[in-house]
This record gives sequence, structure tokens and C-alpha cells, in this order.
Amino acid sequence: MNKPYNHTKATLALAKASFRSITRSPSAVVFTLAFPLIFILVFGFLGGGGIKVDLAIAPGSDLNNPVIKALEQTTVVKLIKDRDTKEIDQQLEKGTLAGVIEVRKNSVPQPAYLANVKYSSASIDKGNILKSILTNLMYTLNSKELKPAVAEVRESTVHGRTYRTIDFILPGQLGFSLLSTGVFGTAFVFFSLRQTLVIKRFFATPVSRSSIILGECLARIGFALLGAIFIILVGHFFFHFTLIHGTVTVLNMIVLSIIGLIVFMGFGFVVSGIAKSESTIPPISNIITLPQFLLSGTFFSIDNFPSWLQPISRALPLTYLNDAMRQVAFEGAGLWDVKQQILIMVIWGIGIYVLAVKVFKWE
Amino acid sequence: MDKTNAIISVRNLVKNYADFKAVQGISFDVYENEIFGLLGPNGAGKTTTLEIIETLRDKTSGEIIVDGLSVDEQPNEIKRIIGVQLQAAGYYPNLNLVELMELFAGLYGVDVKPMEMLEKVNLQDKAKAKYKALSGGQKQRFSIATTLLNSPKIIFLDEPTTGLDPQARRNLWDLIIAIRNSGTTVVITTHYMDEAEQLCDRVAFVERGEIIALDTPDNLIDQLLSRGFERKKEVKKANLEDVFINLTGKEWREG
Repeated sequence: MNKPYNHTKATLALAKASFRSITRSPSAVVFTLAFPLIFILVFGFLGGGGIKVDLAIAPGSDLNNPVIKALEQTTVVKLIKDRDTKEIDQQLEKGTLAGVIEVRKNSVPQPAYLANVKYSSASIDKGNILKSILTNLMYTLNSKELKPAVAEVRESTVHGRTYRTIDFILPGQLGFSLLSTGVFGTAFVFFSLRQTLVIKRFFATPVSRSSIILGECLARIGFALLGAIFIILVGHFFFHFTLIHGTVTVLNMIVLSIIGLIVFMGFGFVVSGIAKSESTIPPISNIITLPQFLLSGTFFSIDNFPSWLQPISRALPLTYLNDAMRQVAFEGAGLWDVKQQILIMVIWGIGIYVLAVKVFKWE
Repeated sequence: MDKTNAIISVRNLVKNYADFKAVQGISFDVYENEIFGLLGPNGAGKTTTLEIIETLRDKTSGEIIVDGLSVDEQPNEIKRIIGVQLQAAGYYPNLNLVELMELFAGLYGVDVKPMEMLEKVNLQDKAKAKYKALSGGQKQRFSIATTLLNSPKIIFLDEPTTGLDPQARRNLWDLIIAIRNSGTTVVITTHYMDEAEQLCDRVAFVERGEIIALDTPDNLIDQLLSRGFERKKEVKKANLEDVFINLTGKEWREG
């Protein structure tokens, strides 16, 4: 009995128990892994193709000519054959077709062919793309045999890193996964441990309050990080998510994840303290998570938001986590380069824990 | 049994809540290695008194010494030498009994084999079961097993037999007596007087926050009889519970 009480052992025993419990809790697994992965799958597959322009070939059009041949070579244009005039007109009105083309042999030798193109006002963007493709194509075809009179264009492309949809979506999903694990998980666990008197039973043992908090946090951080690594690896190996410096980038992302998670768990402590019953936890948590989900650049860059909305976006902690993650992963920034983002998260963290200490309840 | 050796001593214990005086100056001693019963109706202050001794609740005034340790100054030392079974405690969700035992071993800072603890309360077959899936009697036995992890000098049992069927209840009595025989002092609350009579060496009756009687069950009954009390009906040599146990068998079953 004279052996001093071992707080580390107690903390680790709690962390282990909590970790086991989390991995067996369906909601934790769904929020941390399933949701983000589904979004990544959807956007991963959506983002592969780039822009496609549908161009119908009018019935009766000549198919065996250089214009159609050249269009078939153009990756952006998807040629649609075998449609009758009525169908084509309907789809032009709806804007599902960007245009219709009809090529005929000319009755006089110069030029050899005539191409009639009809655009749709229902699809102006794609119509314009189509227009410029056709102009370019006609110019190339017509000037094949000629020496340029004024100037010749010599095109070349700089081979940069391809910025794929996944490079934008994955950090956002990762941030959201951390946010929901931090807020929902922490709020539910402390509320239910208090409600079911699990914590009261703990208090009848020599364990200290800080061990209880620390043990829970360790388990949650451990679980969320495993989830984060899994998401990053799936993104990298299946959808070519860019990790500029490889492992170093992953490590930097993990450090950011821990900072973000600690801030978000602070929200969870606050929710567990102010919730009156188990059924009020989801709405309160949603008030915290949903605006950040929508406004923090999870799906769209906040630059696209109307200017009155942008200050709100720039006040949310998830915005800075997402921003820092993207810079680290795609631009290869180090942690010091995103110090401003980290600083803002730390300020949020201090604020939220000051509040958490005030509202948190043990019994 | 050394009757003079008090392991718990409570002096003038008072607990006031905002609008209600739960405990009004209680004093009593619990002797080493006895089974001590706190009896009384709901709301009499039994649980409050227990939880103050267990260091789970603050007192308004009074003095409590547990095995030479003061609840005011050494609550953590007290926690290390007692085992506490709460009236309605839950256990960590999603864990099986072995994992819960490992957790409590960590919380008490002791090295024990979870299976050995479960064997003590005859739950080795339920090692992989979740607490929620246990029957009422099994839950109480598991709760008691968690109180024994740190080889405590005293265990506190708050209404351990409430809601159990007669077999499970008798089975729990055997367990409690075995724990006492292994040298542990037991403090128990109950609503069942037959239980107190069978189990407890001494009982205290608590009513409206005060102790109104404290003695051995035998002495209390004799005192009542000496005041001229008589039962309205002559008692037969067996009661209905004896009939129940006789008909359904004594072996305990789980359901």
C-alpha cells in the first residue's frame, strides 16, 4: 500500500479502454471514416474527366470529311451521332447539347466543304468553348498548305503539377472528419459517462480528473489520426492525391490534424457541458459543425463566396485548418509557412477552452 | 472478532442541501471485519452518508476517520483502501467484462488477472459478455468484483440485492459472507429486514437523517419484545420465501 499511485498507468488504462470503445462505436467509425471516404470517392471519380462538350451531328450530314475526322480527335468534344432532328432540337433547347453540326460537300471546288453549326443559348459557356474549338480547327485545316503571312503561333505547355479535384476535396474532408470526431465524439462521451454514472464510479477510485480527461483525449486523438492517415493513403494511392514531400508532408498534416482536433474537442467539452439531455447534443453540435462544413472551404474555395459571406468564413477555425492542409499537401509548405493559420487555430483553442472550463460539468 | 477496533468512525456528521437537511448529526462506528447495515426508508440519508464516507460527496460538518485517515485530508489514500459499489453505476460502454476489469485495475494501479477476479464472483463464463447483457444478479456480482480489485480493507455496498430474485439474493449473501470471512469489513444498505437479520453483525436504523437505533439484530428484537411487542399472528416455522426456494431449488440461475 505504500507504493505511490501511478497516474500514468491510470491514464493509459483509460485511453486503452476508451480507444476500444470508440472503435466499436458505429457512429464514430461512420463520422471519422465512412463520410469523408464517400465524399472523396464521389469527387475523386467526378473530378477525373475535365470539361466535355456534347456536339450532335445532324442527320444526313457527310461523315467522311476532314472536319468530322478532326473533331473526333478532339478530346474535349464528344460527338453524338444517330439522333433525329426532333431529338436534337429538344436537347438544344434544354442545353444538354452544346450545338449541332452539319457538313456538306460544296457544289463548287473552293472550299471543298460547308459546315453549318447551330449553338444553343441554353448552354452559352459550352457553346463558346465549342466555337473557339471550331474556329481553331478550321484555321488549322484551312492553313495547312499555307505559309503564314503575318505571324506564326508556336505553342508549348509548361508541365506543372496537375491540380486535381482530390487535391482540394481531400484536405477539406479530412478537416471535416476531425471536426465531427472532435465535437460529436467528445460531447457524447463525456455527457453519457456523466449521465450513466460511469464517471462517479471512476471518482470512487484514486484516479485524478486530469487523468480522465487526458485518457479520453489520447484515445480520441489516436483514433482520429488513424482515420486521417487512412484517408490520406486512400487519396494518395487511389486518386493521386498530391503529397509533395511524401512522408514529411504526411507528418506535417498529422501535426496540423492534432492541433485542429484539440481545438475541436474544446467545442465538444462545451457541448457536453451545456447539453441538458442526450437528444440536445446533435442539434447543438450541428450548429457548430454545419456552418463550418459549408463555409470553411470544404467543398468550394471560399474565394467564390459573395463578399459579405467571406468575413464569416474567415472567422471559422476549420477554414484555417483546411487552408493550412492544402498549402502543406499541394504547395509543399512547411509548418512554419502556415504559422498564421496555426496561430489563429491556437487563439480559437485558448478561447474555447476558457469557455469549456466554465461550463464543463463532472456530475 | 475484535469488537473494540473501530475501522470507520463517524462523529456528528451533518449534510445540508440548499433546501433540505439530509443528514442531521449522525455518529457511529463500524468495527473491523464486521458486516454493518444501514437500514431505513428511502430518502432517510443512507446513501448520502455512505457517499460522504466514500469521499464522493462533501459534508457540511462533522468528522470522519476511515482506517486512521481523515476524509478531509487524505481522500485519495482512503480511495485506495476501500471498494465502492454504487446504487446505479454504469460501466464504460462497448467493453466486455475482462476489458472493464483491466480498466479498473489500471484505475486502482494494481496488477491483477481479470479472469481470477471474475472467477471470485463466478462470472468466468461471461468474460466476453458486455455489462449490459448481464442479468440483474450478474450485474451486482460484477460490480462487487470491481470493488475487490484493490484488495480493499472495507467495501461499501449500496442496496446490492434490490430487484434480485430470491436465488440471486441468497447467492449474493453467500458472496458477501465469503468476502467478510476473507478479512474485509462490509458496510451495506438494504430495505430487506430478513437480509439484514441474516447478514449483518450490527445494524443502524436511519430515519430523517438521524440514527434512531444501533445494535445487533438479536438485541434489537429482544428489546422490542421486552417492551411487550407481540406479533398479531403466530409465526410458522417457515415462510413463503422458504416455500419458494424449496419449490424452485436453491441453485442460482441466470435470466
